[in-house]
Parts: sequence; C-alpha cells; structure tokens
Amino acid sequence: MRTARLAPVALLLPSVVLVSVFVYGFIGWTAWLSLTNVNDLMVNPVRVVGLANFTRLMTLPRFRIGLENTVTFSLTFITGCLVLGLGGALLINSTVRLEGLWRTIYLMPMALSFIVTGVVWRWLMNPSSGLNLLLNGAGLGSLKSGWYTDPGFGIKAIAIAAVWQLSGYTMAMYLAGLRAIPAELYEAASVDGAGARQTFWRITMPLLMPVTLSAVIVLGHVSLKIFDLVIAIAGPQGGPAFSSDVPANFMFQTVFQANRFAEGAAVSVVLLVLVSLLVIPYLAWSFRRGIGW
Amino acid sequence: MRIRVMGWGIGVVLSLVVLSAMAQGGGKLEIFSWWTTGGEAAGLLKLFEIAKRQQPGLEIINATVAGGAGQNAKAVLKTRMLGGDPPDSFQVHMGRELTDTWVVTGFMEPLDDLFKQAGWEQTFPKGVLELLKGSDGRYYSVPANIHRANVLWYNKKAFQSAGAEPPKTVDEFFQVADKLKAAGVTPLALGDNGIWAATHLFETVLIGSLGAEGYRGLWTGKTDWSGPGVRKALDAMVRMLGYVNADHAARSWDQANDLVIQGKAGMTIMGDWVDADNLAKGVKDVGWAPAPGNTGVYDALSDSFGLPKKAPHRAETLNWLRLIGSKEGQEAFNPLKGSICARTDCNSKLFGPYLQWAMEQWKKDAIVPSLAHGAAAKESWLTGINDAMSLFVTGKDAAQAQRLLTAAAAEAAKK
Amino acid sequence: MKRGLVYLGLAALAAFYLLPVYVLVVTSLKELSEVSLEAMWRLPRTLTVASFVRAWAGSPGTGTRGLGQNFWNSVSLALPAVGLSVLMGSLNGYVLAQWRFRGSDTLFVLLLFGMFIPYQSVLIPLVRVLQTLGLYGTLPGLVLVHVVYGLPITTLLFRNYYAAIPVAMVEAAQIDGAGILGIYRRIVVPLSGPATVVAVIWQFTQIWNEFLFGVVITNKPTVQPITVALNNLAGSFIVEWNVQMAGALLAALPTLVVYALMGRYFVQGLLAGSVKA
Repeated sequence: MRTARLAPVALLLPSVVLVSVFVYGFIGWTAWLSLTNVNDLMVNPVRVVGLANFTRLMTLPRFRIGLENTVTFSLTFITGCLVLGLGGALLINSTVRLEGLWRTIYLMPMALSFIVTGVVWRWLMNPSSGLNLLLNGAGLGSLKSGWYTDPGFGIKAIAIAAVWQLSGYTMAMYLAGLRAIPAELYEAASVDGAGARQTFWRITMPLLMPVTLSAVIVLGHVSLKIFDLVIAIAGPQGGPAFSSDVPANFMFQTVFQANRFAEGAAVSVVLLVLVSLLVIPYLAWSFRRGIGW
Repeated sequence: MRIRVMGWGIGVVLSLVVLSAMAQGGGKLEIFSWWTTGGEAAGLLKLFEIAKRQQPGLEIINATVAGGAGQNAKAVLKTRMLGGDPPDSFQVHMGRELTDTWVVTGFMEPLDDLFKQAGWEQTFPKGVLELLKGSDGRYYSVPANIHRANVLWYNKKAFQSAGAEPPKTVDEFFQVADKLKAAGVTPLALGDNGIWAATHLFETVLIGSLGAEGYRGLWTGKTDWSGPGVRKALDAMVRMLGYVNADHAARSWDQANDLVIQGKAGMTIMGDWVDADNLAKGVKDVGWAPAPGNTGVYDALSDSFGLPKKAPHRAETLNWLRLIGSKEGQEAFNPLKGSICARTDCNSKLFGPYLQWAMEQWKKDAIVPSLAHGAAAKESWLTGINDAMSLFVTGKDAAQAQRLLTAAAAEAAKK
Repeated sequence: MKRGLVYLGLAALAAFYLLPVYVLVVTSLKELSEVSLEAMWRLPRTLTVASFVRAWAGSPGTGTRGLGQNFWNSVSLALPAVGLSVLMGSLNGYVLAQWRFRGSDTLFVLLLFGMFIPYQSVLIPLVRVLQTLGLYGTLPGLVLVHVVYGLPITTLLFRNYYAAIPVAMVEAAQIDGAGILGIYRRIVVPLSGPATVVAVIWQFTQIWNEFLFGVVITNKPTVQPITVALNNLAGSFIVEWNVQMAGALLAALPTLVVYALMGRYFVQGLLAGSVKA
C-alpha cells in the first residue's frame, strides 16, 4: 500500500541530517569532552581521564543540590501548571461571557521571555516588599515566605514564576480538550443519575488524559532546560545555599566562569542520561498505549 | 570633443573616489566590554571620541554585553576566543583573571615595547605593575582605572542619631552595630544576590584579620587557609551576618545601598562604584571611610585592556592601548566612570570629593589585589570560593567554610 | 451562588496573572528616583514615558543601543525561522504520521530527543560548525540554529495532528494517482490551519524571546536580535529598572500582537490537535 519507501525517507532527510549534526554530533562531542582533562582554555596535552570529572562532580555539594532541585522543580512546576490549567479551564468553560478577555489575560504571560518574567518575580518575591507586603495588607500575613531567599523554599519559588508563565498554555490545552468532549456524554451521564463529582472523575478526567500526557512532554522539556529564569531571580549562584540552583545554571557557571569545560560537559552528560532514563520509557509507554498520539 | 569631456568627467570622478578612499584612511577597532549604561558607558564613549579625534576616519564597534559583573560577556568572549574570532581588545580585570585565563593559555601578546615607549614603568605604581605581569615577567594589559573595594559607606544622619562614629576596627564595628540596632536601624546593608557581594565583604574581613601581607600570602601559598587567621575572619563574618538586613539574598548591591541612602540601614561595605550610584541619585549625606580593620590598605581592582594574539586590527589596537594608559585618556575616562586613575600623575581637580580622597590614599596605602573582582585569584579558584560563600552565608558554619576554602585553594594549586 | 464562586475563582486567577504585569507597567512609567523595591506597588507620582523613549531609542550618550535598532533584526530572524521550522515540521509530521515505515517511530523518538538538549552545552561546538559553514556571526546562521532546534517540537505538534486524518482520505487520493507530495498539497495542507496556528505561536514566542543563541552566534551589535539589546538596557552594575521594564514591555509587543490576533485560533488549534475522540 505504501509503495515507494524512498520518498518518505527523502522528505525526512534534511531534518535527519540537521539533527544528526546539531544534536547527536554535539552530544558525541560533549560525551568525549567529559572524559578528558580539558578544564582550562588551553590544555596541552589533552588526555583522556576516564570518569575523573564525574567523580569530582559527585563530591560537589552544588551539583547534588542542583539535581535534587530539578526533581523538586519539575514536580512542582508540572503539577502546578496542570492543576491551575485544568482549574482555570473548568472555570472559563462554565461561563460563556468575556472569553476573549480571559484568554488574553491567561495567555499574556507566555508572551514574555523568561528573563523578563524572572526580573519581575524577583521583585515580587523580595521578602521585605512585593507579595509579602500585599499579603500583609490583605490580612494573609501567615502566607508570607522568604520565597527564593529561604533555603527551604528556594526552587519552589522559581517554580511559581514558571507556573505563572506557562499555565496559560495548559489552560488553553485543557479548554480545547473540554470542548472536545461531546455533550451527549454528559447528557447520558445525568440521565443515568451521575453526580457532578462522578461525572468529573469518570468522564471528564479520562477523556482529558491525552491532553495531560501531551502537556507533560512539553512542560517536561521546559523544566529540564530552565536556566534564564533561575539566573534572573536567584542570581548566577542559584540563591542561598544553592537552594534554587539547577544543573543547567551550574554547567553555565562551570564552563564560562571557571573555565572547566570537561567538567561542564560531564554535567551535560549526566543530565542527558537522566533525561533518557525518564523520557524514553515515557514515550514508549504512551506510544504503545496509543494515547496522546 | 564630447569624448574629451567624458574623459575629463571620468577622470574627475575617479580622483574623487580615490581621494575619499584615502581620507577614509581610518581603520576599524572592535572593543568588547560590559559597560552598557551609566557612567561607565559614558566614560567609554569619551575614550572613543578621543580615539576618533586622534585617528580620523576610525570606525569603532562598541561590542557590549550586559549582565551583572560580566557573566554573559564572559560566555560570549570565551566562545569567540575559542572560535578564533577575538575582538581587538576586551575589558578584563587586571591580575589573575587576566593572566590565568588568557596569558598562561597563550591568547595574549606581551606589551613590553608599548610600556617602554610610553614610559609607564615610571607612571604606574609598583603594586599595579606587578599585577599586570604574566608569569614570564612581561606586561600583558593596560589598566584603565583603579577601583577600591574596601570602603565603608555610612549614612551620616543615622550615625549622628545613634551617637556613633565610623568604626576603625572590627571590634569597633560590633559596638557601632549595637548602637545602630538600638536606634532601630539595620546596622549593615548587604545585597548578595549572586553572592559576589558576600565574597566582597569577606575579603575586607580577611584583610582586617590577616593584614596586607597575610592577605597577599593567601594567594601565593604563604598563608595557610586552614590557619587561625582565616578562622578568625570567618568567625567575625558570622557575627557580622547577624547584623545584616534579612532580605540580603534578594537584593543586589545597589538595592542594599538604597537602604543606606534611605537611612533604613546605617552602613554598607562595598566598592567605590557606590559613589557613582550616590551621585547619580543626587544623594548628599553619605560618608565614607576605610572598611573596619582596613586602614592603610588599598584593596584594588582594575578594568584593563590587552592585545589578543589574533586581533584583526593590531595597529589600531595598540593606539587604543596607548590611549587607555595616557594621561589624557585616564583623565577623560575616570571622572565619568567613578574611579581613579591608575597613573599617579592625574589632575585631582577633575574628580569629586570621594575620588580625591581615594587618590590621596592610593599614593600611600599598601596595595592588595581584590579577590571578588578577579585580581587575586584565578577564575576557577574564585568560583570555588564563591560556592563556599554560598553555603557559608546561609549555614554560618565557619568550620565547614574553612574546609571548603582550603579545598578550593588546594584545587587551584594543582597543575 | 455557584456563579458567584466561578467569578470569584476567575477574578483570583486574573489577579494572579495581572499582578506582575501591573508592577511592570507601573515601574516603567516612573522616574528613576522613584523606582525602588519599597515603592513597588505605588502608582507613579510623576508619570513619564521617558523610559519607553529611552528603551526604544537608546541613549547615544552612553552608547546604549535602543530596542528600535535591533527590532528589525528580530523580525528578519523570526519570520524565516518560524516559517521554515513550521514548514519542515509539517512535512516531517505528515511523513511520520501517514507514511510510516519500519523504524519511523524510532526515528521520531530520536528526533524528539533533540528537544531536551540544554542550549548551554552546545554553544562551543555550535560556533565551530557555523564557522565551517561560513554562517557564524550572521542572521542566517541564527535562523539555521533556531530552525534545527525548533524541529522536534514542530514535528511533534504536526505528527499528533496529522495522525487524526482518516487513512481512507489518503488512500483515496493515492488511488487517484497522487504521489506523496501531491497528497500533502491537496489534502493535508488545507486541513493544517489549526495546527499551524499552534506551531507558529509557540515558535514565534520561543524565537522572539530567545537570548543565549542570539548573543553568542550573532556577535556584532548591529546584527543581534532585540533580546540582546533589551539585556543591555539593564546595564551591568547600576541597573535602571524603569528603562529595563519599559523595554521588556516594548519587546513583548509583537508577541502580544500575535497572540491578540491569533489567540482564538490557538485554542481551536489545540482542540483539533490534542484530543482524539
């Protein structure tokens, strides 16, 4: 049925070539570099030192804290976007009026760059003014926090800013998903006597699964690359005791401040390994299930 | 007849073209820095003006990349240098940041001839000349300015109300801090978002604890990082951190300075770019003094320029370097930038009151290289120290900090 | 009662999204002397648009380039980069969805993996490769980079979307004698509206707001995109927050315009692409 195999391959070829060079070629280069002693701008002779860079990384508190932060950030950010996105979509869906206005409001944060978002949220999360001032004024003083200056809260503050920026995207996705659910299903359910909660969990949520899975991929790749936002809010050192630091930031400092190129490459390799361990099974699983695709 | 007129016409046009090309003469120059706004940018432009006057037709490309303390700029610069596309000259801190990043690795040309021609060995102080040399004893950069790091800035009114005088020693600091606290004022304003301001504060405490010689020894291996002098400094710093504004991790140095300007904080220990900030904001009652325990010591840093080996326009760059180190250049640049000349023969009348005070001190104080601003330690060492400071400022664990600092020094000594 | 709760919820959401915008706008309308963390929430005592003018025109006195000078660079960057990455993503998605062959799914996953590369780790080899191609320091080089790193997500978007096209339609066209590109032109493209909108909006936002590649690959100030000029507005040591925030608003205008015009289709596009009944 699908005759010429040549044509599809030919159409894909440009992308395959580009990606082979700019993605896999560079991954190869990075992997090789991580095994060498190139930790200065000019190293002579260049030697292969095996896993020395990796073992040194494991001894650095900043690296370990950064990895933990990535996990915390991803969980907080993705959950936050999904919950806020779904909540907002449900609210907007239940009223027909002013939809254009709501849409402009929740999509607006997406238009800003991460750097700008970071600058504003750094101001907002200043412990002695910003949000804390407002919360005090609104009588919600107990919600005050040190935000990113509080080593215990740290990266979660960054996640809040990131949720602000991208929850509009998930909201739009869920809104679309809600609208795709045929009205007949709800009618049938109410005829059957199902309550609001049952309808939600038995009909709405399962049908929104593909949306959720799709969103997780997009949000996931953003959360693994988060960098500009961290620097703009917590600074290049990732805040007090590295509580907001992420490996992408650490790598940037290691390479371009400390000139430790091989060590920076090792950080990249660790990140990529972690990503493959998470992403590839996830993709395989959702592929097989045929959901979200 | 018509052909002859045409011949004339072509001849005229051709000669006009040739003449204008000759007048263009000029040449190009690309200067790389992170001076994008304020007095620093104004100073840089002034230098460009003079350069263009000295060399008519000179085209200058002002390649700047902003981003606190040059972190973006460094990424761009290093990518370019490694890619074999250097700018003609770039802003770099004098001292180990220059020598260990660029000289040892073979990217820069020595400037001994230039120094001899311009007679700079007689006009720059010895302490500065040492910092401009590579390990082979040759000169590799020209300092455009000198900034002082160990300055105490204080709100005069707040001090008056609290009945305090600027503290001369670390012990006096704590007495003054208590008085300010009792008067309801935050004693010390700190803005260490990005941590370097904390490292900056710590280096002044190190100087206070070890003295100029002891502090210098930290960078040559003579002073032991695991010794009692460093421990004393760490303990003093822990105590000082108890007198600091609670939101220090959220503020940058200028936002901490705002606290002093508004009288909400009594003092801040920061470099003399605070003076430029105050002048820009029209602030009048902030006074200055050497940082506690730092009397007689000038903790210096400098923005300097060198000659990369593959600089595309070598002749123009040498002219630029000559201009940077000249009396005319330094007198034009520094009053605008808010720093003092590296030369000892500049006209002090061109400078504001603080800078005149600094120039006086510059002539007699012991000169030490700044840690936080690239003079004392190479970049990877400074990064290690900054990382130690990140944990120290939050955890206040002096023993752990000393271990980390010692390890950083050991790592830096490896080759 | 329920209606009231819904509106309360929406108002709370709106407040969440608008608070930072309020700070941005208010600060950009203040004079520098009024700008401070303490006064963040207060309205400006003297309203001034000087920051916007400064941000747009730059200040020749300090050699700061204004946003206006780099605006067209971003346009010359975004239009081709968005166009190419969307076009290539569409073709890729079409092939991977409707012309599957052995290994095409693996190829898809391998392509997708490119989304997860942290940009910082490829800067140095990227510059080397671009130099070999003679594209270093040029806008076309930057376009190439954005196209390559935009391929994974556009391919993903379109593949999801095209997977929903009934096989029967494609087969019917094949029987009619249409080749792979013919089917693309006649059947797939006319249906691609919603997915294209999503892809264009996403890519435009990413490319217009991107900083790191912009500052490293185009290294001369006259060629750099608007994000670099915006960053330079901020200054390194002494930050003029009002000018920076004014600049941020100005730089975001094109994206906001894109959203305002195409926002409705964005939701429709997501509707068509992300859910299969």
